[in-house]
Amino acid sequence: MRAFLGVDLGSTTTKAVLLDEKGGILGRGLTNTRANFETACAVARAEALADARFGLLAEPARSGARRAYHRAERGRRLEHLRARTLLLADDDARLQVAASRLFEALAKLASAEDGAVSFRDAVAEAAATAAEAVATAAGVPYERLMSALERALVADEADPTALDPDAVLDEIGVPAGERVPVDVAAQSGTGYGRHRLPFAPGEIRSEILCHGLGASHAFPGTRTVLDIGGQDTKAIQLDERGLVTSFQMNDRCAAGCGRYLGYVAEELGVGLPDLAPLALSAHCPSRINSTCTVFAGAEIRERLALGERREDVVAGLHRAIVLRALGLLARAGGVHSPLTFSGGVARNEAVVRSLRDELSRHYRDVAVNVSTDSIFNGAVGAALFALRETAAC
Amino acid sequence: MTPVQKDEGMVRQKAMLQAHAERAARARDEGRKVVYTFVPGNLVELLLSFDVEPVYPEITALQSGMRRASDRYIREAERAGHAEDVCSYVKCDVGMALAGDVGPGKTVPAPDLLLLSGTGCATFYKWFESLAGIWRAPVALLQVPYQADGAVTDEMRRYVVAQIRDDVIPALERLTGRRFDIDRLREHLRLSARAEDAYSAVVESARRRPSPIDAYFGMVFYVGPIFTALRGTLEAVEYYERLRAEVETRARAGLGPVTPDGPMGEQRFRLVVEGPPCWTAFRDLWKLFSDAGAVVVASTYSKVGGLYDTGFRHDPDRPLESLADYCLGCYTNLSLPQRLALVERYVRDYEADGFVVHSVKSCKAFGVGQPLLLREVERRAGVPGCFLESDLVDSRYFSHANVRNRLESFLQAIDMRRKA
Repeated sequence: MRAFLGVDLGSTTTKAVLLDEKGGILGRGLTNTRANFETACAVARAEALADARFGLLAEPARSGARRAYHRAERGRRLEHLRARTLLLADDDARLQVAASRLFEALAKLASAEDGAVSFRDAVAEAAATAAEAVATAAGVPYERLMSALERALVADEADPTALDPDAVLDEIGVPAGERVPVDVAAQSGTGYGRHRLPFAPGEIRSEILCHGLGASHAFPGTRTVLDIGGQDTKAIQLDERGLVTSFQMNDRCAAGCGRYLGYVAEELGVGLPDLAPLALSAHCPSRINSTCTVFAGAEIRERLALGERREDVVAGLHRAIVLRALGLLARAGGVHSPLTFSGGVARNEAVVRSLRDELSRHYRDVAVNVSTDSIFNGAVGAALFALRETAAC
Repeated sequence: MTPVQKDEGMVRQKAMLQAHAERAARARDEGRKVVYTFVPGNLVELLLSFDVEPVYPEITALQSGMRRASDRYIREAERAGHAEDVCSYVKCDVGMALAGDVGPGKTVPAPDLLLLSGTGCATFYKWFESLAGIWRAPVALLQVPYQADGAVTDEMRRYVVAQIRDDVIPALERLTGRRFDIDRLREHLRLSARAEDAYSAVVESARRRPSPIDAYFGMVFYVGPIFTALRGTLEAVEYYERLRAEVETRARAGLGPVTPDGPMGEQRFRLVVEGPPCWTAFRDLWKLFSDAGAVVVASTYSKVGGLYDTGFRHDPDRPLESLADYCLGCYTNLSLPQRLALVERYVRDYEADGFVVHSVKSCKAFGVGQPLLLREVERRAGVPGCFLESDLVDSRYFSHANVRNRLESFLQAIDMRRKA
């Protein structure tokens, strides 16, 4: 089957998407970007290809194959990571014991099906919960155990495990006749690191265009796009044809972006996915104006010391992100309905709710669209460019 | 990096400004006085009629920026108590004075007088207040009313003329011990008008396709003599007449401007730019434009030292009045609606594909209306806009990746609109 690949090499995560000839999503891939852009691109691409292969199977083989694939892929990566961590700990018997026990606790990750959380995030989150008890029991400092794991994760990301969908299809017994091969007919790349992608210059597109196109594809008629990613925020205005008329981006400072939430979660000792539920449980969100990532820790400690409730502080931090984004939207010419909210931060339900609240306060009747594929918005836009270019030939 | 390439006009400009810097450096030894003044609304013809040497602190600061010396001076000024968001031209200049350091290759002489032409920029007042404290030099104040209502009135003109006559000229007479000679002033004004004619032809040449000049990056070199110490001299008349011929030759041959990285190739985008460039990243910034095939066909920055393309000329028959009109009419002294109308006119007259604002972090005076300017130009002229942010001479504020990202997005958006 002919497919069109879009890769969004972001500052925090790299996303890959494969579209069919009608622009429908066949497969998605997501990985941490880290320092090696080519690797990140290769991993995201391979994941998207594997995902597409399973997506093209007929039910019920499709869901069975997907589950089997995720299990196999996660299991294989966990095994590699375990071996690396033990290798890094081989001069300390107690650390080796702790690492082995930690990986026993992490084994449940192999059965996780959520492809929208990257392997690294899933491991880091599970390890944060389990490591303290494991380290104490083995009599090693918690920091040493986490440091070994962290170094292993970095090495693991630089050396991606080959993803082989056919091996998994063999394993679960899908006959060859039911498998649809995926042929990447054209590709296009975007994102912060787009110039480092192993793509031809003509296949590189700006983030603004890709996010604009992705948003108007997901929600035709979109006039304003707000995209909050790991390190930048974009406010894009589109005309009635979906063409970019103007845009504003945050300048240098990444305050109020995805990394800020990551830092807040770290500071509070909770997982990133736990932040939104915590914020949504607040009764009286704190009034916080600063969204400086560097000062976030001090801000949180100060608030807690003043006796404010944890959930209220967290809700206040979420609202502060939205207020900062509203400032950018104002500079970009305001909000025109319908608005599409995209980027990794759009997956945070508390930010979405706060955005709706604030928009209803500052603007009249703004419809807000958020796609479940919001994090893939830029990659979808890139893939659409590849699709259009091919169609134009 | 390859050696910087220049056209003949740029090479001659450098030699002229260098020679002036040397002359200024010798002034004290040769018994001539040095007057510091600002580019917008400068009274250089009057200064020349008194045989004093003008020195322009903004020019010294931007030259320090281009030589990558500004960061050190800025730190020096910050150590002396200037806040991080104070205009970086001021800090660069103050820091250089405090460090007792040399200017662009030559010693910048200390001022005997600070002639404060308060045209458009409120920071000028605080700037010379700082320098007056450092150099213990007197200040002669020329207060130029801002065109808040969008026009120059007779009252405004009379007010400026009275100050030139009653304050500035007596201050120069006291400084030099000479009497004011109106005929000498008229002669310098006559020469200014001739240079302005030729200069305007150079500005207008950007209407051609391809444009033989870059009206922002390239124009920075060409405006040097007429914006600073050499307007009103025969040397400047010759410079601009030769430059006009050089540009005309290039236009006839269908050639574009010469960038520091060589002659520019295909001109895919014609742009209008508002705001001064980032001097510490000047070459990088120009390269980002020229590599993408973007040529600037009109800019507001090249009008801060005079709006000659709207017809103004220094006039020997109205000596003080035309000096007043010059001060009142500089781009920096226009109201926001006037700036908007001018930019809109540039977009139409020069058939531009887009409008770029280069916003300066440490310049509040101009930053204030820029997002509005961008949106209104988009709305009225129907071309997309792009907002770049960095600074004049504080390199900490320039992010190559960020500027490139925005510029590329903008140019690709123009492409998309063309295809649609």
